[in-house]
This record gives sequence, structure tokens and C-alpha cells, in this order.
Amino acid sequence: MKPTDTKDPEYFHKVVDCQYACPAHTPVPEYIRLIAQQRYTEAYMINWESNVFPGVLGRTCDRPCEPACRRGRVEEEPVAICRLKRVAADNKGEVKHLMPQGPFEMNGKKIALIGGGPASLTVARDLAPLGYEIHLYDEWNKGGGMMRTQIPAFRLPEQVLDEEVNYILDMGVHTHFNTFVDSMKGILDKKYDAVFVGTGAPKGRPLRIPGYEEGKDNIHIGIEFLAAVAFEHRETVGGKVIVLGGGNTAMDCCRTSKRIGGEEVTVVVRSPRKDMKASSWEIKDAELEDIAIFNNMPPKEFVIENGKLKGVTFGKVRAEYDENGKRSLIPTGESDVFIEADDVIIAIGQDNAFPWIEKDLGIEFGKWEIPVLDKTTFQSTLSHVFFGGDAAFGPENVITAVAHGHQAAVSIDLFCKGESIHDRPDPMTNLVSQKMGIHEWTYDNDIAADLRYQVAHADKSVTLKDRKMEVELGFDHIEGFKEAQRCLNCDVQTVFTTNLCIECDACVDICPTDCITFTDNGEEADLRTRLSAPAENLSQDLYVSEILPTQRVMLKDEDVCLHCGLCAERCPTAAWDMKKYLYNVTKAYQ
Amino acid sequence: MSYIKPAFHHPSLKPNKVGYLKKDYRGVISTLCAGCGHDSISGAIVQACYEISLEPHKLAKLSGIGCSSKTPTYFLSNSHGFNSVHGRMPSITTGANMANKDLIYLGVSGDGDTASIGMGQFVHAIRRNLNMVYIVMNNGCYGLTKGQDSATADFGSISKEGNANPYQAIDLAGLALELNATFVGRSFSGDKNQLVPMIKAAMSHPGFAFLDVISPCVTFNNTKTSTKSYSHVRDHIEATSTLDYVPFEEEITVDYPEGESAEVELFDGSKIHLSKLAPDFNPTDRFTAVNRLHEAKSKGQILTGLLYINPESKDLHNLMGTSDKPLNQFKQKDLCPGSTKLEEINRAFR
Ligand SMILES: Cc1cc2nc3c(=O)[nH]c(=O)nc-3n(C[C@H](O)[C@H](O)[C@H](O)COP(=O)(O)OP(=O)(O)OC[C@H]3O[C@@H](n4cnc5c(N)ncnc54)[C@H](O)[C@@H]3O)c2cc1C
Ligand SMILES: Cc1ncc(C[n+]2csc(CCOP(=O)(O)OP(=O)(O)O)c2C)c(N)n1
Ligand code: SF4
Ligand code: SF4
Ligand code: SF4
Ligand SMILES: [Mg+2]
Repeated sequence: MKPTDTKDPEYFHKVVDCQYACPAHTPVPEYIRLIAQQRYTEAYMINWESNVFPGVLGRTCDRPCEPACRRGRVEEEPVAICRLKRVAADNKGEVKHLMPQGPFEMNGKKIALIGGGPASLTVARDLAPLGYEIHLYDEWNKGGGMMRTQIPAFRLPEQVLDEEVNYILDMGVHTHFNTFVDSMKGILDKKYDAVFVGTGAPKGRPLRIPGYEEGKDNIHIGIEFLAAVAFEHRETVGGKVIVLGGGNTAMDCCRTSKRIGGEEVTVVVRSPRKDMKASSWEIKDAELEDIAIFNNMPPKEFVIENGKLKGVTFGKVRAEYDENGKRSLIPTGESDVFIEADDVIIAIGQDNAFPWIEKDLGIEFGKWEIPVLDKTTFQSTLSHVFFGGDAAFGPENVITAVAHGHQAAVSIDLFCKGESIHDRPDPMTNLVSQKMGIHEWTYDNDIAADLRYQVAHADKSVTLKDRKMEVELGFDHIEGFKEAQRCLNCDVQTVFTTNLCIECDACVDICPTDCITFTDNGEEADLRTRLSAPAENLSQDLYVSEILPTQRVMLKDEDVCLHCGLCAERCPTAAWDMKKYLYNVTKAYQ
Repeated sequence: MSYIKPAFHHPSLKPNKVGYLKKDYRGVISTLCAGCGHDSISGAIVQACYEISLEPHKLAKLSGIGCSSKTPTYFLSNSHGFNSVHGRMPSITTGANMANKDLIYLGVSGDGDTASIGMGQFVHAIRRNLNMVYIVMNNGCYGLTKGQDSATADFGSISKEGNANPYQAIDLAGLALELNATFVGRSFSGDKNQLVPMIKAAMSHPGFAFLDVISPCVTFNNTKTSTKSYSHVRDHIEATSTLDYVPFEEEITVDYPEGESAEVELFDGSKIHLSKLAPDFNPTDRFTAVNRLHEAKSKGQILTGLLYINPESKDLHNLMGTSDKPLNQFKQKDLCPGSTKLEEINRAFR
């Protein structure tokens, strides 16, 4: 193998598993350490710089970081990264003065943002301080997009959302609320220097099986149902409710129903439990509220009696997978099941919809009405029109929308300056030794062996009565500290200097997880079998030194390094050093 | 920051046959200087015990005084141990071994602890073929007392203190051969590939297994002018063979080229497989070993590898015909048969 190029900004970035997996690349361990030190305001600001909505995300994020977390590979569960973010948000002090303060010196350029969700708001956050005049259009009366219309208040209190949306709107954004943009041409005619489309994936899929038309009054589309509840257009639902679908929308629909009159609420999913799209914790939370979930039951018919919905008939299937893992649902031959219902909510997916974009403007669309875009720049086939968030590649989540927003803002800024949007600035990186003295490092390597802490819930006898009452109570200071101490500090990198090494093996012997090996060089696949412990996780890199005096190389498997620093501690020549790596993804304002 | 070892281990390192993880063979964090060769030898002992699936309570580690003699704290925390006085490890081991022949005895000593103050004890343990592994962590100096030249320091070698050593060195491996030790090996702390199988083989040898392991002292004796420094040893090392230890229950799976290899079967049915680097070297022939050692020395080379093994070794218990049942398992009733019996015995001598 060739020596590792640690100058490549992505090498050490990849070692920080959580940050690498986070679409917005939030410097997770950096904020977790600040939480342990009770420096909540600073922890909040680190988040805010990266993900714009720490309070929202600390409650609702899809947490792609957690399955990636290294802690989950050395023990049972990852660090509760997401809920720690909430600790920072809940306990922060005054933050507004730490954010860019208007009025900003205007640069004469005007930008339109269509849709007021997290993607558009992120573009606004990045471009307003640079002097752009921002015009934000949304059909609703407030900003936030689906964070407001879809995520129920018992998971995300309105004041938390308002606060973080307002930090951005207060930067001098011109809002055009209650305005559904029904013509892209109309927007283009207004001669904005650039247009960003952040309209989400606003169309809920219907389910056209027999009985649909007749039962319509009591058959609802999930996202429309949730929006109606959020805006208080709907205050009740029937006593018996069936929710169709196995994703997070279904979980929000059933839990919402339970709070506005639903007594017997059942979720019915056509596929097996393990294929359900909903996050495991959302499923668990629904079940804690006594909601039954039935699997392997595809709906066959809405049963209508006297012109009114009576219930739904379901078939029974089992899943079979071919060698490519492709699933087919095979009827088991058992008799159909009928479940009674006053209301049925369909939550089986969302689609993009751009009926308001005229087809002759030069903005091309591909399959399923997905716009044709450059994956890095988010530019459409009409050069000054950009897309981001769910509108870009289909429904994702808030953090992905934010990540898109940051990158689209970089493109828009370069575009407006007349520069190439493909020559993007490098991410900001910094690698600094953490050594302070003998046995003294700036970070606390005394990680806790504790299992993951669980977030307490308010009593359901109370929460089920009030749809706006938040269920999760969040970690208190002490739990926050203890959970933070589980983090392995993966950003404190082990950095090797070949010409200092005397090959004494001290690092090999001390390493608690047998990460380090000195051996003859070879091909990667072969080397992976010849290490102190086999390196079976192919997604994790091997760190390879240059050739040592004995003609061997030092190989370190990054997989389960605890970043404890013992290698550096025991190295007589400081050939190992522990250096903190800060990586800030490219942003328009950096 | 604190200087503590996290409790986690590598998830793909599975428990061995007796259900222990490698970390179960470790000790507390070493307090020796960072980079000390002794720590690598501790690491090799941990590795060897994990690989042969030793049950930790079946081993006793004994030592004298010195940095080397401190190392038993840094490995096998779940085994028995005795840290004796300077140079007295062999007699303590003899006593322990006589009382309980069921344990594996691992003696750890230094070149000072063995070649100076403990020399008398050392040679008698060899003479008796006491069943033990005797490791000398040989750094050519008294590390613990700040690096004075020891009796194994080579003539002319210059440590950090700065004066050439005026005395001839005692070659402990040569001496052990001379005294008819039944297992003699030499290795280097920086060569675990050789050292680990050698420790395993030594542990299955029934009798005195002596390992002279060169182990650089990073603080006092790792100068370019010292013959026990990392760089000098690496530049002058010469191996008789590389070896593989194959436990009794395991098949030999590697194909060794004929003529270039030798196999020695040990008492317990396990095998040592040697890929010979020196073609005419025979590890069961003491004379070649002695000659080779001298030859290498005259060329300034450090000969390593398994130098000699006597497959017919009979240990002290065997020589003395002691009971099969370990002494410590006898009850007072058996050991002290009463005055009538004593009277009877005494009468027999009249
Ligand atoms: C029920 C449900 C629960 C969810 N829960 C979570 C969760 O817990 N965590 C998570 O990370 N993600 C969750 N999501 C997904 C998340 O809400 C979206 O991925 C995210 O909000 C997308 O952001 P966006 O900026 O692309 O657009 P959106 O948030 O969808 O915002 C787009 C806005 O544009 C408006 N709009 C659309 N067309 C026009 C137009 N022509 N003119 C004017 N305005 C227009 C829309 O009304 C909307 O307000 C959930 C989604 C649903 C449906
Ligand atoms: C009876 C007695 N004499 C002298 C000493 C002082 N002393 C302690 S360690 C040591 C030498 C140790 O040298 P060595 O065995 O080579 O161990 P190293 O520290 O080099 O590993 C001496 C002389 C002592 N502890 N006890
Ligand atoms: S242990 Fe900490 S730094 Fe490492 S991946 Fe998990 S959260 Fe990130
Ligand atoms: S920091 Fe060093 S000693 Fe600690 S786990 Fe990583 S490689 Fe091993
Ligand atoms: S401890 Fe330092 S000098 Fe020794 S082998 Fe490791 S990196 Fe090299
Ligand atoms: Mg010594």
C-alpha cells in the first residue's frame, strides 16, 4: 500500500465517523466536549454554524450520525449525539449577538427563495449576511416548511421552531408569506439574480383501491392531515383510526390521532417489520402510546356501508427476497382481515410536484418529476435557477435540506460574482497537537464505560391529552454530562511521523484495541488479514506509514481506535502525536 | 488527561479456546520508560499466553529486582505472582515448584539480577533442570539503578554514561549451553514474530527453558555506541531459524520446503517447526550451537533463534522421583503420619 496522504482533507475527516456521516458535517465531538464542560452556548453555536436548527434537530433529526458512531462498534449503542444537541439548545445563554448582525451592507443582488423550509432558510442564513437582498415565498403564514406543517408539536414545540426560524428572518429577509407561487415564469420575470427552489416534496400519495372514492370524506392523506392539525383546521378524528404505511409520517399520524380523539389507533403496514422505513425510536414511541402495529397486511378495499366508510379489508402476505435482495410479497392464503375504522389516514409516501413550473422555461425534469441537477452545485439546466432540500432529489430530512442549502448558497454566491461555480473553496481544516506536558493532553480521554442513557418521557396520561405537550423531557445537566463522557473524541487524531519511529513496539503493546501493527508492506486485502486484529470493516481506512528502517511499515486500522492517546503516551520519540482535527465544510460566508 | 486504559477491546478479536480475551492476559499500564524493550517482551508474553489458551490461574510469575523484574505487574494480572529479592527468583521458584508441580513457572529476571547478584542461583537452577521458563530481559545495564554497565555489557560498548566498558561480557546463553541447559533460546524484544513462538515452545518444555532476550534500555543504553541499542541489534542480528510453535491438537497447515526445515517434537506432543536460515544448523546438537555462538560473536553478530533443545529433557521432579500428586495437595494426615509411624521409621535406622 502507498503511504497515507493525511494532507487530503477527507482522510482525517472520515475518521470522525459521526461528522463524516452528518450531511452537514457538524463537528460533533467538538460540541460534545463543550457540553461536558457545561459550555452550552458555545456548543450551540458550533451546531448553529453547521446545521442552523440545533434546537429543532436536537429533537427531530434523522440522526444518520448515530449508526455511524464508532462507539457503536466497541459496545452496544452509539453516543446519543442527537439528544446531546438538544442539551446545548435547552441550556444555552444569549446567542443572538454571536450571530451575524444586520443591517448588512447590500451588494445589489436579489435572490428569490421559493418555499420557506429548512433548505431555503439555510440559503437565506448564508447569503443575507453577504449583502444579498433575499425574498422568501411560502404558501403558509409562517416560515419553517414541513418542520412546522408536518412535525407534530409533541415532538417539536412551536416556540423552539419559531426561535430558530426567526434568527434567520431577522437578518432582514423579505418574506412573502401566504403566497403560493403558481408561476415560475412570473418569478423569472422579476429579474432576480438567482432563484432557489426549496418547495419540498409536497404531494402525498393516494391509494386508489376499491371504495376510495365513496369513502373519501373519511380517508385522508397523511401530510394533509398533519398540516390541517398543525394549523388547527382539524381538531378531532374518529374513535377508530387506521393509519396505512410504515414510515415516519405514519408514526406521526397515529400519534397525532391518539391525541385528538382516536381511541383505537392501528397502524397497518404491508411489509415486514424490519423493512419499515420509520426510525426504530419512532416506532418504539408509538408503541409506548398503545398503538398497535400490524405487518404483512396489504390493504385490499375500503369497505363502505350506507355510503359511509366502515373499515378496511387486508390481505395477508409474507416477504420473499431473491438473491439481489429484491423483495416480493407472496399471499399466504390465509383469509382476509377486516378492521373497523371511522377514519383512515394514508401515509405511504410523498412525491415532488412542480405544476407551477412551466415546461418551456429551460428547466428540465427527469423521471418522477425530479429536476435535472448538478449533484455538487445544485444548479438546474437554467443557469440561475438552483434547487435544494426535498425538491432536489426527493424526500429526505431536515439535515439534508440544510446541507443542500449551504452548498446551493456557495453556488449562488459564486454565480452572482461571475465566478465558476465548480471552483469551490476548500473546506476549512486545522490540525493541532493536544499535548500540554507529560501525561497531559487538552482533552479528557477518561471515557465512561456507561451504556447509553435514555431520555425520559413525560407521563403519557398527560401527553396524550395535549397534542402540543412535548413528550421527551431531554437530558438534564447530569445526564448530559454522563452521556457526553461516552464520546471517544474521534476528532483527536493519531498522527504518525515515520522518521521519528524507532520501532520499539511500545504503541503496539499498549493499544487497548490492537489497532497498530508493524509488518511487511503488501496489498490492502492481504494486509487486512495480517494485522494484530483482522481489519474486517472495509469502510474504515488503514493508515499506512512510509517505509521504516527495518523495511516494514506501520499500519493502523482506524476502525475501533478509541482515540485514547495511549500510543502517543507510550511512544518514546513522539512519533505518535494526538492532534485535534477541525473540519468545516465549505460555506458561502467562510 | 488521565493515564488510564479503556476497558474496550477489539470486537473481532475473539475469545480463545478457554474463553479469555487478549485483554484478560494483560496487566496494569507499565511504569517503565516509554519505549523500553521490557514492555515489548511483556507484550509477547501476553500474546503467547492468549494464543496457547493458557488458563491464567495455571501460571505463576516470579521475579527478582530491577526494571525487568517489575514487569510481571504489567502482564497476566490474573495469574499468581511473587516479586522476590534481588537475584533470588530461582530459589523462590524452586520452592514453589517443589510444592506445586501443576503450575507453569515463568521467571523473569534482568541481566543484573541474573549475571551478577543472582549468578549462583541461576546456575544451580540450570543444573537441577528445574521446570520453568527463565527469561532474562537483557539490556546490558542496571536500568533501575540508573544504567551502570552490567556483566552482560559487551567489551567496549559505550552507554549514555560515556565510558567504554573495560570488562569481558558474560554470555548467558553460552553459559546455559555450557551447563547443559535443556532449552536455550535467544531473541530480541523488537522481533515478536520470533519471540512469541519461542515463549510458547519454552512453556511446553519439561525442564529449564532459558530465554536470553535482548531488550534495549531506551533511557540509559540506547546510544549509537551501545551494542544493546535498537539500531545496533537490528544491524547485527542473525537468526539460526524462524520458528513456529504448533500445539499438540493442531495440524501443521503450512508447507515447509524440505531440507530447509526441521521439526522437534516436544514432550507434550506439541511441535516446534523451524525454518532453517542456517542450512547445517541442528537445534538438538549442543556442539553446533556452542560453535555457532562463538563464530557469530567473533564476527560481531548477535545470533538469535532456538539455539538448543534437548527433547529427552527430564525435570527435577522426574530426577527426584517425587510423587505425582503435588505436595501442596497432601493433607496433614498424609504428611505427618503420627508418632507410631515415626517410631517405626526411626527403628529402621537403628
Ligand atoms: C410527517 C413528516 C414528519 C417528518 N419528520 C421529520 C423529522 O422528524 N426529522 C427530519 O429530519 N425530517 C422529517 N421530515 C422530513 C422533513 O420535514 C423534510 O425533509 C424537510 O422539511 C424538507 O425541507 P425543504 O426545505 O426541502 O422543504 P419543506 O420543509 O418541505 O418546505 C417547503 C415549503 O415550501 C412550501 N411550498 C411548496 N410549494 C410552494 C409554492 N409553489 N409556493 C410557495 N410555497 C410553496 C411548502 O408549503 C413548504 O412550506 C418529516 C416529514 C414528514 C412529512
Ligand atoms: C541486594 C540488593 N543489592 C542491590 C540492589 C540495587 N539494585 C536494584 S536493581 C539493580 C540492578 C538491576 O539490574 P537488572 O537486573 O539488569 O535489571 P534492569 O533494571 O536492567 O532491567 C540493583 C543493583 C538491590 N535492590 N538489592
Ligand atoms: S464516539 Fe464521539 S466522536 Fe466518535 S463517532 Fe461517536 S460521537 Fe463521533
Ligand atoms: S489512540 Fe492509539 S492506543 Fe488508543 S486506541 Fe487509538 S491507536 Fe490504540
Ligand atoms: S512507540 Fe513510537 S517509536 Fe515505538 S514503535 Fe510506536 S511509534 Fe515507533
Ligand atoms: Mg538490565
